[in-house]
Amino acid sequence: MSEPSPPHAGLPSDGMAATAPAGAGRTGVRARRMLPQVDRREVAAIFVGGALGTLARAALAESFPRPATVWPWPTFAVNIGAAFLLGYFVTRLAERLPLSSYRRPLLGTGLCGGLSTFSTMQVEILKMLDAHAWGLAAGYAAASVAAGFAAIQLASAMVRRVRVRAR
Amino acid sequence: MNALIWAGVMLIGGTGSVVRFLADGLVASAADRDFPLGTLAVNVSGAVILGLITGLALGHEQALLAGTAAVGSYTTFSTWMLETQRLTEERQHRIAAVNVIVSLALGIAAAALGRLLGAQL
Repeated sequence: MSEPSPPHAGLPSDGMAATAPAGAGRTGVRARRMLPQVDRREVAAIFVGGALGTLARAALAESFPRPATVWPWPTFAVNIGAAFLLGYFVTRLAERLPLSSYRRPLLGTGLCGGLSTFSTMQVEILKMLDAHAWGLAAGYAAASVAAGFAAIQLASAMVRRVRVRAR
Repeated sequence: MNALIWAGVMLIGGTGSVVRFLADGLVASAADRDFPLGTLAVNVSGAVILGLITGLALGHEQALLAGTAAVGSYTTFSTWMLETQRLTEERQHRIAAVNVIVSLALGIAAAALGRLLGAQL
């Protein structure tokens, strides 16, 4: 869910083409035309948010190591927590606050994106399947999706209710 | 576990998030559809790489940096869920359901494939 960057303050479009491998001529030109302008401040905000989100997730995973056949609470907690925060930030920034060029990348793409993880969840499910823990694997996948979805829904509803009340 | 490792986790995590943003934007703008293909591409490719790293059986700190920090920050659960929920708000229930099922099915298959490849190396 990347939103278009403000047209100003972007890198010159050649900035991206310079990274295209030689011989990828046609693809390179096509990518350059299609790629939204990359804003340095936006990228810096994503980097900072992503660094903090990843630190929190890694610290939790290191503090509570789990064997493969028990419920992976650290991953589950960061994923559902990040979904709630992302629902809150995105709804608030898109529907309440004035447009800002760095809040969404810092808090949404960076912090929540770095805090949550899809790949770890998939490998955890794979290891549950290895151990023939079918119920655990299905329950973990279903509960993650259900709780993640509900967290976004709840956070969005909270932001929207406050807006209505404030009027 | 020293401070240098944690600094590495932050640097790599920040970089992984920026790579996700760029890859998502590239795929999404090339695809130009209602279906959130950018996030799917990021998540499935990340699942292959994390599977591969798992198959390599790295040391603890290497696995933390390459797996938890790099690939963990590159992939995202929260955006996947946000896009699914927003699709249902737009009454695109079928696309939302497909997004959940396809992501899970391809994600697990990708992790299994990656691990198989990693074990061969």
